[in-house]
Amino acid sequence: MIHGFVGGLGHLFVILSFVSALFAAISYFIAAKTDDFTKKEFWLQNGRGFFYFHTFTVIGIVASLFWIIYNHYFEYHYAWSHSSKHLPTHYMISCFWEGQEGSFLLWLFWHSLLGVFVIFTSKKWEAEVMTIFAIVQTFLASMILGIVIPAINFKIGSSPFILLRDALDAPIFKMNPDFVPEDGTGLNPLLQNYWMVIHPPTLFLGFATTLVPFAYVIAGLWKKEFKSWIKPALPWAIFSAAVLGLGIIMGGYWAYETLNFGGYWNWDPVENAVYVPWLILVGAIHMMITFNNSSTALKASIILVITTFILILYSTFLTRSGILGNSSVHSFTDLGMSGQLLIYMLFFLLGAIVLAVVRWKEIPTMGSSVSTYSREFWVFMGATVICMMGFHVLHVTSFPVYNSIATLFGFDLNLAPPAEPIKAYSNIQIWFAMGIAILSGTGQFFWWKKMDKEALKKVITPPIIIALLVSAFIMLVSGISNSEFFRIQYLLLVLFSVYSIVSNTFILIKISKTKYSLSGGAVAHIGVAMMLIGVLASSGYSKVVSLNNTGLLISKEADTSFNNENLLLFINEPRTMAGYEIIYRGDFYETVENGYFVNVNDLESTINPRYKIAINDIIENDIVLFNKSDTIEIAPENTYYQVDYKNESGEVFQLFPRAQINEAMGGLLASPDIRRKLTKDLYTHVSSIPNPDEPSEWGDLKELEVEYGKNFFVNDYVAKIEKIEPLSEVEGVELGDGDVAIKAHIKVMGESKDYTVAPIFLIKDKMVGRIPEEIADLGLKINVLNIFPEKNTFLLGVNTTQKKWIVLKALEKPLINVLWMGTLVLMFGFSIAMYRRYSEFKNQK
Amino acid sequence: MKKSHIFAIGIIAIAIAIIVSTTGDASSYVTFEEAKVSETKVHVVGTLPKNEKGDVEGIYPSDDKLSFSFIMLDENNQQQQVFYNEPIPTDFKRSEQVVIVGGYQGDIFVADKILLKCPSKYQEEKVNASV
Repeated sequence: MIHGFVGGLGHLFVILSFVSALFAAISYFIAAKTDDFTKKEFWLQNGRGFFYFHTFTVIGIVASLFWIIYNHYFEYHYAWSHSSKHLPTHYMISCFWEGQEGSFLLWLFWHSLLGVFVIFTSKKWEAEVMTIFAIVQTFLASMILGIVIPAINFKIGSSPFILLRDALDAPIFKMNPDFVPEDGTGLNPLLQNYWMVIHPPTLFLGFATTLVPFAYVIAGLWKKEFKSWIKPALPWAIFSAAVLGLGIIMGGYWAYETLNFGGYWNWDPVENAVYVPWLILVGAIHMMITFNNSSTALKASIILVITTFILILYSTFLTRSGILGNSSVHSFTDLGMSGQLLIYMLFFLLGAIVLAVVRWKEIPTMGSSVSTYSREFWVFMGATVICMMGFHVLHVTSFPVYNSIATLFGFDLNLAPPAEPIKAYSNIQIWFAMGIAILSGTGQFFWWKKMDKEALKKVITPPIIIALLVSAFIMLVSGISNSEFFRIQYLLLVLFSVYSIVSNTFILIKISKTKYSLSGGAVAHIGVAMMLIGVLASSGYSKVVSLNNTGLLISKEADTSFNNENLLLFINEPRTMAGYEIIYRGDFYETVENGYFVNVNDLESTINPRYKIAINDIIENDIVLFNKSDTIEIAPENTYYQVDYKNESGEVFQLFPRAQINEAMGGLLASPDIRRKLTKDLYTHVSSIPNPDEPSEWGDLKELEVEYGKNFFVNDYVAKIEKIEPLSEVEGVELGDGDVAIKAHIKVMGESKDYTVAPIFLIKDKMVGRIPEEIADLGLKINVLNIFPEKNTFLLGVNTTQKKWIVLKALEKPLINVLWMGTLVLMFGFSIAMYRRYSEFKNQK
Repeated sequence: MKKSHIFAIGIIAIAIAIIVSTTGDASSYVTFEEAKVSETKVHVVGTLPKNEKGDVEGIYPSDDKLSFSFIMLDENNQQQQVFYNEPIPTDFKRSEQVVIVGGYQGDIFVADKILLKCPSKYQEEKVNASV
């Protein structure tokens, strides 16, 4: 049955949200234009009303879409392609932002909440600021409108409420238009991770909050209040930088911890597209703070705040228009809306430029020349370096855009993004990073004190000496200066970052004697310097520890670096790698409830791959997790490989790297498991596993005559027939009179534990039947071929196969935790600064 | 000359330096012929050869299915065997266009990365839905 009502309702909400945003924009615009008090009040009321209604409709859209997903209405394309029946509720929320329409919806949602917040806090700015808000909402709502203008056959937006039969051109719908699929295709299993629940909303909140300072600056230019917009905009800008920065780092952490993109940052265009606006926003904050203190840098503040928002739109355009098709592995494909996105971006780009140009002459400038010993000079330098950093990344990321523009004008530019992006970007970015470290270390001194040459010398000498000593100590202890990876840039970056930490700590100590609320800058800069050290150490000095020291190739087909940097581990056979002894112990499934790891050898398959039956009691640490014959629900796509580690100091630990069968992403995906330590992470993942679809190939049968109760060898393992059990019934076989069945219990002593197999030998109607048993861990299959009661011996048939194996790669990432800690410190610094700036605005008369 | 002018000139100089150095360093979309003589990694854009029935030809998975090699036609319709040390991506055969990034090792082009362009409008290639 097609549940048409809820989709219709949702679509109605979409249309209403579009119309109400438009009306809100018009009302607020009229309110902003008029000077007549009563008229203004009337239109303000109108605008507010429409915006509140708009917020209500946006919540209505969210509720309708959630209803569809929650109730598994797979007749809707969105539910079908992003959800499935056994998806837990928290991942149903994630479905919202897996798809493009849903992520627009999330954006709309954040904007409308922020808009309501702004209505209450913006005081005299409401009309102008909310005009901008409502216009933005009108554009965003149009992205999910999903309406076709009949005359010109032009589609506006892509609705999340489209039915599957309208979205897919499948033959089944011709036969049966009311066909509803049994189950959805589900949320990509790789994304089924708690980061998928919190990372996108955080990032989108970061996107959404850049609108607030932008709306204020436009309002300021519009009302010719060129200065006073900064006070209300500043706390928002800091909040935005904090949230956006947190969102970016969360994405990096997720990539590092689960997605196994090789690291936390790959300079993919999609990542760059958020990194650049964040940098410019941070630059803008520095300019705004400078203005607050000295009334300079007003024009720079205006330009950078506008640029930040335009860059957010540009990044939306880049990642959603399909223009990156040839350069990014994970951008959205074109939903046929690139034109619409382009109009959205150009409207604000041109609008802001025109407004700024018209007003430019009227914007007051401080005429005084900037002295080298003024804080304005240092902050301005810092902001410039940050912007240059952004400019570099923006330029290279925009290559596909240049190509498209060139094609438009009829010539072929043919610029490809760097083939080795990490190297190409990092080699340039590191110089800017050094600049940031020096400037953030030194600039802070000017911040709170008047400086001249002598005074500067005096304050700067102690941190420099300490930094030199600490850096020299780091160099000596870590031995990085003799490392093969060493480069002079690295040494300088360490030195400058340490200097920044030391000098900012000096300042922090001095400030904390007077006023804590002023310490945001120092704290944030310490955080940044820590992040730089963490990035440098973990990326520049990341080293492969799983070096293949056997002299044997793992695969003839693979290239040299694969053979050199990976270890082939057979089950239960110890191997050594730099500083560790490692053993691959077995394969595990994770249970859906409680997330226990259960060895695959303890489970029996059922028809449904999600359900397995326990072969015996499953006990861990003396607690019985499952009883024999319990049915256990597992996630069949994920297998975890237990690898035991023992390091040189005798410390023992286990890691469970994961391999996931993921059709949507082309086969097998490996996720790492990480041993975290303060000084370094041991990052391990499987690089290859036996193909699960291919049955193992058994070698030729070997015959072996053995005596009951005596030791013998199978494939180099000691074994013994322990017991012979006559059977009265055998599953699947009817035993009549005169039929015989016995089960031979054979113990095989493996490397780490004993296994028992019980092959069955039976004679039914004078025909011999044999049921062999396998020991997967040892690669053995044992069969009873014949029994010689007179000699008390048994003839066994033994087949061997390759033992279970995995190919493992392990890397050491030094000091990566300093990066994560630095992030937290930075966020803390942002919070202090935000609190301070908001108090200033609130207490303003 | 005012200090701010020197500053502005400095910024412009750095910006130009960035543009010149990165654009000069940029790899470009090349043909196999050009790729053969290139010493750096390159991007090659091309398609997969099809037989009369429209089925893609010339894909050879390895025994363990964890890597594969295939024949690709570049924009000059030159054929080349390409090796990729990953399993075959889904939709590989359906792709309208393939971009490979990598370089020659002997006679074989070894790809580090494959980007696909798929015809279906509703086929969203999503790894990271963050933006």
